[in-house]
Amino acid sequence: MPHERNPGIPLDLSWVTEGRVNLAATKRRADQHKVRRSVKMEWQAAWLLRAVTCIDLTTLSGDDTEANVKRLCFKAKRPIRRDILETLGVADKKITTGAVCVYPNRVNEAVKHLEGTNIPVASVAAGFPAGQTMLKHRLMEIEEAVAAGAHEIDIVITRPYVLQSKWQQLYDEVKAMRQACGEAHLKTILATGELGSLDNVYRASVICMMAGADVIKTSTGKEGVNATFPVALTMLRAIREYHQRTGFKVGFKPAGGIRSAKDAVSWLAIMKEELGDDWTKPDLFRIGASSLLTDIERQLFHCATGRYAAAHQLAMS
Amino acid sequence: MSSTTVKKTTAAQPNGDVKVKVAPTSTQPPKADKIADPRAPKLPPFQFDASLKTNPDDVAPTGTKPPVSVAEVFETLAYGPAPESPAVANAWLDDHGRDFGHFVNNKWYKRDGRSKYECRCPARDEFLAHTAEGDDEDVDVAMKAAHEAHKTWSKLPGHVRARYIYSIARHVQKHIRLLAVVESLDNGKPIRETRDADMAVVARWLYHYAGWAQVLDREMPEMTSVGVVAGIVAWNFPLMLLVWKVAPALAAGNTIVMKPADYTPLSALLFAEICAEAGLPPGVFNVVTGAGATGAKVAAHPLVDKLAFTGSTGVGRILRRVTAGTGKKLSLELGGKSPVIVFDDADLDGTIEGVIDAIFFNQGQVCSAGSRLLIQEPVFDKFVAKLKERMTHLRVGDCLDKCVDIGAIVDDKQRKTIDGYVQMARDEGCDVYQACSCIPDKGCYYPPTLITNVDTSSVCVQEEIFGPVVTAQAFRTAKEAVALANNTTYGLGASVWSENLSKALELSLMIKAGTVWINAHNLFDAAAGFGGYRESGFGRDGGKEGLYEYTKPKHLKLTKRDADKIDISSFGKVTPHRPSLDDERAEVATLGPHAADVPSVDRTYKMYYGGAQKRPDAPYARPIRNAAGKVIAHVGEGNRKDVRNAVEAAHKAFPGWGKRAAHNRAQIVYYMAENLEVRRVEVATRLASTTGVSQEDALKEVDAAIDRLFYWGAYADKYGGAVQETTLYGATVKIHEPVGPLAILCPDENPLLSFVSLFAPAIVRGNTVLIVPSEKYPLSALDFYQVFDTSDLPGGVVNILTGERDHLAKYMAEHQNLEAVWYFGSVEGSKFVEYTAAENIKRTWVNYGQSRDWFDPIQGAGEEFFYQAVEVKNIWMPMGTIFAN
Repeated sequence: MPHERNPGIPLDLSWVTEGRVNLAATKRRADQHKVRRSVKMEWQAAWLLRAVTCIDLTTLSGDDTEANVKRLCFKAKRPIRRDILETLGVADKKITTGAVCVYPNRVNEAVKHLEGTNIPVASVAAGFPAGQTMLKHRLMEIEEAVAAGAHEIDIVITRPYVLQSKWQQLYDEVKAMRQACGEAHLKTILATGELGSLDNVYRASVICMMAGADVIKTSTGKEGVNATFPVALTMLRAIREYHQRTGFKVGFKPAGGIRSAKDAVSWLAIMKEELGDDWTKPDLFRIGASSLLTDIERQLFHCATGRYAAAHQLAMS
Repeated sequence: MSSTTVKKTTAAQPNGDVKVKVAPTSTQPPKADKIADPRAPKLPPFQFDASLKTNPDDVAPTGTKPPVSVAEVFETLAYGPAPESPAVANAWLDDHGRDFGHFVNNKWYKRDGRSKYECRCPARDEFLAHTAEGDDEDVDVAMKAAHEAHKTWSKLPGHVRARYIYSIARHVQKHIRLLAVVESLDNGKPIRETRDADMAVVARWLYHYAGWAQVLDREMPEMTSVGVVAGIVAWNFPLMLLVWKVAPALAAGNTIVMKPADYTPLSALLFAEICAEAGLPPGVFNVVTGAGATGAKVAAHPLVDKLAFTGSTGVGRILRRVTAGTGKKLSLELGGKSPVIVFDDADLDGTIEGVIDAIFFNQGQVCSAGSRLLIQEPVFDKFVAKLKERMTHLRVGDCLDKCVDIGAIVDDKQRKTIDGYVQMARDEGCDVYQACSCIPDKGCYYPPTLITNVDTSSVCVQEEIFGPVVTAQAFRTAKEAVALANNTTYGLGASVWSENLSKALELSLMIKAGTVWINAHNLFDAAAGFGGYRESGFGRDGGKEGLYEYTKPKHLKLTKRDADKIDISSFGKVTPHRPSLDDERAEVATLGPHAADVPSVDRTYKMYYGGAQKRPDAPYARPIRNAAGKVIAHVGEGNRKDVRNAVEAAHKAFPGWGKRAAHNRAQIVYYMAENLEVRRVEVATRLASTTGVSQEDALKEVDAAIDRLFYWGAYADKYGGAVQETTLYGATVKIHEPVGPLAILCPDENPLLSFVSLFAPAIVRGNTVLIVPSEKYPLSALDFYQVFDTSDLPGGVVNILTGERDHLAKYMAEHQNLEAVWYFGSVEGSKFVEYTAAENIKRTWVNYGQSRDWFDPIQGAGEEFFYQAVEVKNIWMPMGTIFAN
């Protein structure tokens, strides 16, 4: 990791409460992001490849077993057909996904199948997705996942603390989770679709960063509304503010509903525009997704050959 | 390196951009730490085969594709060219041999021997086409075509006109990408803006006014078409501004001759072809191209009934003078220096984007550009730092590139003007900050610019720059923000940024501007009129308010005049009355109650302003004669200083009067009616004796005046505005604000009724007035001193000056602190008032020497009275907090 980890700072309540977010203005800017940056030709191919490296290739299902987790890990190691990479002249770039993301019970299998690579295993934890279990169990879950070899822990925050403005409790809890993570990186899922307002999204973002989050993440993928651009803008502005005030860089991970190659490019563009190039790399930017990779690979196939691929021509994950 | 200097490095970056050296930012440049795998076979960098593309023209707009490999971009994540194809636009230009004539009667009209204007794309410095410089004959042919077409077009049922306009809208949508590309090439603005802003607005405007054509008879039954509309529009939104005028003009039954700007005539010509394709009858819409000289010919042509202009205040002033006294209607949408007011409780990041929209949209070449940033002191430094950082992300580049924020300046002349202002700011010691992430080294570009260390007396704060240049000043309180916002000769737009709605709303009402956006800037929609206060012009584009610019009351049968023949060189000179030895005093007795040998008590009326009777500044008196020509009283001979004093009184009363509840204003006017009723017979008797009408007719006039006071009393609280049905999620509220302190000069016909008919609508709508009653028969108006005093009318709301109408008209028209002049007098006076009003672009309402029937409910109290008594302000209030569960 080229940047220093965010160690967190003491809770600064005035900062938390002074932040204001105007939804209408945020939406206008969000809409502009979708149309003001467009990449074509070589640039499009390159951007899509970069997006691949930022994907947290994810499976979070009740029926996950070693069989499909293994398949996922293999796909993470070789996300794009080799001949495509060769045609594009990037076969030497060691392109893999950013991570593989699974439930705690599947961590050891993922670790096993990623052995010998630099691909980190991320585990959701802390009562994912609702967070409505006891704190001690949630902390234990984190510790167990880390012990099983997870490099990154995607925790969910306690939404009632946000809705009831219990900022101190939220801060303390996330801080405890950061401690439980140890060397593993802490990604805090805000579940923004359940926070009620962008003001709350901003507040929760700031508190998670103050408590030591390495990455703040939009959603579990299970809420009604997931990674939207207005939410992302709000969180990115909080990250920027935090960086300007403290000097620490916190990463960002949108998750849920990101399926198209075009979306992936838009997400990279919003990162580049709002935070700069540092935040377009996997140490500070991840996209939580499962089917996105397929669409990107299909698009890259077209970039390389000028033809659209059939589904069966690409390896399923 | 100083952050205030732009330094171009000559070396092209890997992505082909040439970078402007930018000030240090919080974000770091990309680290190009290449991961080289020695085992990997050395592959040649991949190059795209153009034949694989579905559109072979889809290459970099500069024509050459910079050499770049996917591997390189994978490391840098640089932006590349994202070109829109100019192929169809080029084909269209080629179809016409790149040499255009005018468009008249649905045909190309081309004559030999015309000088030509060369249209170039300022972004690429490429030749596009030649267009013709219209001369007298060309203009005449177009005007005659429009004049002829008006005979049938204006008589079509509204529904049929609606079908035509609807058809134009549909055809515009069929050619919308071509229009966007042509516009972008001709003007140099980004294709993304012509596509998402200009053309979207064009289509919306056409649909909106197609609807107005359908419902006009029902919604505006008193009005009819004006005739031939001549439009002269600016180059900043060539087609959008043109359609802002064409759509309402067509809806109302007018025919049109448009003169697009010489820099940007192509979209107008393309639109003309599209209108013809859509089936619009010949002559209804015509285009004559050319530069300023052609514009002058268009404005001066005798067949023009209405001139609609969008452009600079300087040219607007000239057009006001050129058309003065001719009887041509005029609307002016001029310059601006619009403030962006940022409170410390605003969403600052959201506001930064608002500033980008406000000043960098369309390269800052927007009349409502938010060019003056007013930032509350506690957040000033923070906000400026955020803005500077944000500016480093702006991409300046080719107009057909979909990945740029800022395109080219329309012409090098304009670019030099902008740079001249920025240089002047440097010379004044201001801090100039310029930044962007890339800027081409070829083409006509200007980097986004922020000027700090400025204040109200800086030239760059006072004058319209019309480029991507914004100034920033600090303010302390809301009250000071209003004062600074209004400390300008302009009044077009403003935005207020705060999460406190009660604060934002109050400011919106206090700022003198035609449009105020809350937490947004530069939003436009066909359903809300756009236009200015003060030197930003008069009239509105859009909404129902915009239709008044293209309609006139049916009863008005104005004869147009050749104003050159009206001499105003000695207008308004007066020599006061001197003693003479005729037997005028003998007549005085007839009005008195005594026998003929007892003279009645001398009556010398004072003036009335600031709520009290005042002696004239210069003690001269004017004899007032009765119908038999005998002197029955004297009134003061008002002069320049009386006007000055009365304007001060009117200004003092204005804020308080406007803030009164409408109910309260209504009560006062009803009370006037009550008090007039008490003196009904007395007032009628004096009216009869002075004007010579029968007592019966005089009583009728008094009764009509009482009726009219009731009428306007009733409308004190029934014409406040409306909610406009724009595309905004939120509320767009139209407020009918008072125009301001204004001057009224009354006619001699029906001296009581015309006096009441003119002052009453003005004051119920919150204006304060200087009013000069009939010069010949002022006495019944002077009876109102007592009526006002007993009706609780606050001092200064109605200020009555007597004397020679034209002498007073001169000083009222010349007074820079009056917002409007209503003149009902001579042909000369009408010209003088319109001509003189050009100086500060005040609104005028003149009668061109023609009388009207004041008893008639439409002629004496119709829609034009409402129109004249209010200034339309549209307040945009976006809303929303619910985004998910």
